[in-house]
Amino acid sequence: MGWPPLVTVLLVLSAWELFVRWQDIRPAVLPTPTDVLDAMWDDRANLWGATWITLQTVFLGFGSALVLAVVIGVLVDSFGWVRRSIYPVIVVSQTLPIVAIAPLVVIWFGFGISSHAFVVAMYTFFPVAVALAQGLASTDQDAMNLLRTMGAGRVRLLLKVRFPSALSQLFTGARVAMSFAVIAAVIAQFVGAVEGLGIYMLTMKNALRTDLVFGAVTVSSAVTLLLFGGVVVLQRLVMPWYRPKTQGDAR
Amino acid sequence: MTLGEAGQGGLTIEGLTKTFRPKSGPVFALDGVDMVVEPGEFVTLIGPSGCGKSTVFNIVAGLEAFDSGHIRLDGAPNHDRLGGIAYMFQKDLLFPWRTVMGNAVLGLEMDGLSRRDARERIGPYLERFGLAEFADAYPDQLSGGMRQRVAFLRTMVQERSIMLLDEPFGALDSYTRTNLQQWLMGVWEEIRTTVLFITHDVAEAVYLSDRVYVMTPRPGRIQAVLDIELPRPRERGIEITDAFLRLERNLKAELHLHGTDDHDG
Repeated sequence: MGWPPLVTVLLVLSAWELFVRWQDIRPAVLPTPTDVLDAMWDDRANLWGATWITLQTVFLGFGSALVLAVVIGVLVDSFGWVRRSIYPVIVVSQTLPIVAIAPLVVIWFGFGISSHAFVVAMYTFFPVAVALAQGLASTDQDAMNLLRTMGAGRVRLLLKVRFPSALSQLFTGARVAMSFAVIAAVIAQFVGAVEGLGIYMLTMKNALRTDLVFGAVTVSSAVTLLLFGGVVVLQRLVMPWYRPKTQGDAR
Repeated sequence: MTLGEAGQGGLTIEGLTKTFRPKSGPVFALDGVDMVVEPGEFVTLIGPSGCGKSTVFNIVAGLEAFDSGHIRLDGAPNHDRLGGIAYMFQKDLLFPWRTVMGNAVLGLEMDGLSRRDARERIGPYLERFGLAEFADAYPDQLSGGMRQRVAFLRTMVQERSIMLLDEPFGALDSYTRTNLQQWLMGVWEEIRTTVLFITHDVAEAVYLSDRVYVMTPRPGRIQAVLDIELPRPRERGIEITDAFLRLERNLKAELHLHGTDDHDG
C-alpha cells in the first residue's frame, strides 16, 4: 500500500483527461475526470442522499447476513446433519446470478430498502458463514483438550476456544463479503428502487448525464473502500492481539 | 504457597492397555502399563519417542478411553477424571487472544471463579514466576521460557491433587531448560503436589524425580523402575556428584537396552 497505486491512478486519470480534451469527445459520451468532479459537486445533495440510502441498505443487509452467518456457521459446525442438509443448499444459492435474482426479489418484496438489503444479505452471507465454519473446524485439537481437562463442556469449548480462534477467519470472510456488498446493493437498486445509488445511476444514464453516472460509480467505489477499511479497523479493535503474518518477526 | 492437600493425589495404574484403531490399521500403543504414584511424589515417565508416554497421560487425564486395566485415584476407581487433574501439554497452548493474566486464570475461570477473584488468586504468583511486568502482554510478545512459565502457572493454580507435565521443557534451548528445571524444583518443593512428568532427557529425569519409570518402545510397557534417592532440596551442582552420575548411567543403560536414542525429538 501507500503511494504507488495512487500514482498509477493519477497517471491514468491525467491520460484520460488529456485524451478527452485532445480528441474533443462529447461529455455525454465520455466526460473528463474534472467534469465528473464538477458535476458531483453541483449535484452533491442528491448524490449524498442516494449514497446514504445505499449505505443503510448495505448496513442492514450485511448486518443481518453477519448475524445469520454466525448462527448458521455455528450450527453447521456443531451438527453433522445441519452441515449435510444446509451446506449444499447454501453453495447452490451462490451460483444464482445476482442480475437474475435481484429483479425477482424486487418483484416479491417491493422497491424499499429491505428488499435491496435482502439481496445484499444473500450475497454477503456466504463468505462469512463459510469462513466461520472453517475457522471453527480448524480449531487446535490440543487447545480444546486443554479446556476439556479443565472441565469445559461443548458450550464453553465453543465460547472460550473455538469462536475466538475462528475470529480471524471470520474477519477475512467479512472483508471478502464487504468488497461486494455495495455492488450487490447498487445492482438491486438498479433493478427497481425509489432512492439509492443504483437508481441514481440509471436515472442519470437515461438523462445522458454520463458525468453523474461516473460520479455515482466513483462514490460507490469510495464507499466500498471505506467500509472495507472499516472492517480492517474493527478487526484491530476486536482482536488487539492479532498481527498480520506479513511482519515476519520471530518471537 | 500451599496447594494440593496432603494425603491426596495418589495414583495407581494397573495393566493399562490401549490399541488405536484408525482407518489405516490398528496401532497397539500400550501393553499393560503398571505404575504407582504416592501422594506428593514427583514421578517421571521416560522412554523413546512414540512409546505411548503421552497416551498414558491422555488416559489418566480422562481425554482418551482405554481398553483394559484399572486407574485408581487415592485408592478409588474413578470414571470421571476430566476436570479433576491438571494437565500441562507439550505445547504451551497459550491462547493468543488472552493476555498472560487471561491465560493464567483460564482454569480458575472454568472452575467458576469470577474474573476478579481469579485475578486476585493469580496476582501473588506473577512476581514469583517472573511475569509481573508481563501480566497484560500477549503471548506472542513472550520468550519460550516465559511462555512455559505461564503455562505452568495456569496448570498449578488449578490446585488439583495431581499435575501431569508432558515434556514441558522439550522445546527450549538447554540454557533456558536448565533454568526452568531449577525453577520448577523450587516451586514444587513448596507446593509438593503429586507430579507425573514426561521427558526424553535422562539428566532431567534424575534431577527432578523421586522415581523414574522407563517405558519400552511401542507397544509401551514399563521396563524398569528406578528410585532416585537423592536428598532434597537438590542444589545445582548435584548433577556432577557420583551418586547422580551413577543414577544417570543406570537410567541410560535401561533406555539403551532397546537400542533407542534418548535424545531424539
